[in-house]
Amino acid sequence: MDQDVVQRVKSDPDYRKLVAKRSRFGWILTWSMMVVYYGFTLLCAFDKEFMGSRIGEGAMTWAIPLGVFVIVFTVVVTAIYVRRANGEYDALTDAIKARAAKGEKVAA
Amino acid sequence: MKTRHLLAPALLAASGIAMAAPDLGQAAKQATNWTAISMFAIFVVFTLFITKWAAAKTRSASDFYTAGGGITGFQNGLAIAGDFMSAASFLGISAAVFLDGFDGLIYAIGFLVGWPVITFLMAERLRNLGRFTFADVAAYRFHQKPIRVFAASGTLVVVAFYLIAQMVGAGQLIKLLFGLEYWIAVVIVGILMMVYVLFGGMTATTWVQIIKAVMLLAGASFMAFSVLAQYNFSPEKLFATATEVHAKGDSIMGPGTFLKDPISAISFGMALMFGTAGLPHILMRFFTVPSAKEARKSVLWATTWIGYFYILIFIIGFGAIVLVGTNPDFKDGAGKLLGGNNMAAVHLAKAVGGDIFLGFISAVAFATILAVVAGLTLSGASAVSHDLYATVFKKGKANSADELKVSKITTIALGVIAVLLGIAFEKQNVAFMVSLAFAIAASANFPVLFMSVLWSKCTTRGATIGGFLGLATAVILTIVSKSVWVDVLGNASAIFPYTSPAIFSMAVGFFGIWFFSVTDKSPRAAIDKAGFEAQEVRSETGIGAAAASAH
Repeated sequence: MDQDVVQRVKSDPDYRKLVAKRSRFGWILTWSMMVVYYGFTLLCAFDKEFMGSRIGEGAMTWAIPLGVFVIVFTVVVTAIYVRRANGEYDALTDAIKARAAKGEKVAA
Repeated sequence: MKTRHLLAPALLAASGIAMAAPDLGQAAKQATNWTAISMFAIFVVFTLFITKWAAAKTRSASDFYTAGGGITGFQNGLAIAGDFMSAASFLGISAAVFLDGFDGLIYAIGFLVGWPVITFLMAERLRNLGRFTFADVAAYRFHQKPIRVFAASGTLVVVAFYLIAQMVGAGQLIKLLFGLEYWIAVVIVGILMMVYVLFGGMTATTWVQIIKAVMLLAGASFMAFSVLAQYNFSPEKLFATATEVHAKGDSIMGPGTFLKDPISAISFGMALMFGTAGLPHILMRFFTVPSAKEARKSVLWATTWIGYFYILIFIIGFGAIVLVGTNPDFKDGAGKLLGGNNMAAVHLAKAVGGDIFLGFISAVAFATILAVVAGLTLSGASAVSHDLYATVFKKGKANSADELKVSKITTIALGVIAVLLGIAFEKQNVAFMVSLAFAIAASANFPVLFMSVLWSKCTTRGATIGGFLGLATAVILTIVSKSVWVDVLGNASAIFPYTSPAIFSMAVGFFGIWFFSVTDKSPRAAIDKAGFEAQEVRSETGIGAAAASAH
């Protein structure tokens, strides 16, 4: 890619907005996933007693709904990210691309 | 012309099954084998027609590696899910639940949680920077040769371990389910896999994977539904009955001995979470879709299907506890499960759906192995033809036809090697191989990919040395851990005390990349760092990516 295009895109305020927002959002969700998963793993390793204790009168223990929660959480955070990226972030990206392409023609 | 080439192996395989079955079938048991074999034969014939159709579309190297980028997000999501729902996870995790209850779910969850991380940090950038293999991305701004050699090594090592585990699994499984000889099963898998990949490339491999994923999801859904139906759709009743009949009683409802100590727990979790983001046959699938949007959709679909599948497996495992574990028909004289604990899900299929459904599930299990090995082989072949031959050996000047020819030769070579290794490892304990593949992917491929894309000061030297250090550490620590040192080599006690090396080997990989980058004062290092800006713009926006795939 030609260095002019790189500089033009880098100085586009929308580009800076896109990169800052998307990477911030991506990292927040990544950390939330890590907290949920490693939290669950550590609970399983350290507090077996709690995980194996019954919630109510029946056979159901805390471990089962927590495990299912981790699975559902995984799918839900992915869905939240994909929805936002395919809408808001892609719209920003398209605008940046359009401007970069227009600039190219003028420069050539 | 193509038709004849395709049909010949099909007939060969079909007649091989037909002739081998009767005499061996008598020695083993039951006529049910016939149902399984005919259902599998239908699957094979159907997938060979797809391969024929795909072959007509596979003209260039790009078609071969990425199906010409013509797979939709939904289709790719199913194919990725298919890569993950291997026979090992279907039979292995349901067996783990059958034996230990909740511990099986802990294991399954580990395989799922890598997906969001891939989506948030990698998918978009991979798509925007790469064309065929993950090395395209890792080597984007670096000196091509060392990084490509590293990436190809990382790919081939991961593929080799994964492949051996699948081949041995196939042989053992088919021996039990179809009553065929071990080596015949391994050869059938090898031949069919070569046919799919050779003629149909990524298009056929993807469709075989999609069909199998649909069959497996449908079969598993039916099993879980039938189990729950017997308890009026009350999980509470199912769990209550399970704790009454299971030898371990209430302890199946909570974590048991699977996570021995916190370090093993975290380390194992890291191998699974980050290993997923470094598996070459998975990363390759991001290049089969036309846009970043479709790439994201495919991970969302994949995550959804895999999550759903693991919940089904958990129910199936508990179903096996109550319906198989209590039924003497499924046990031998000593009270052990016929065919071993891995047969829990298969016996459950018979318990809920009779012989026809048992045949269906057996055929699906075989199809699963076939589809997974095809994907692995394709990924290994691309590493050799695209990274080593076209980029390193021909310095990027190979023409598409020659590159395609090299991929096909490599496919044949890998197929033959896989069959030979599958036979050689028949009596070996290969349980460690899939976890080792994940540990290597997490410690070598993932750090290199991550640092090259996100860290501006990463250099060729740092990425290459760090990557190899991570790879070596993962392999060495696995060899001296219990799974190889004690279980395979027969020593009394393990030198490395933890289940998984990932927490250490990943640290070594990342540290190596950092250290050998910051101390790198070569002229090449300056070029590497200067290239970051352009790489960043392209990885974030995809500008230039479309042009790159057009030529």
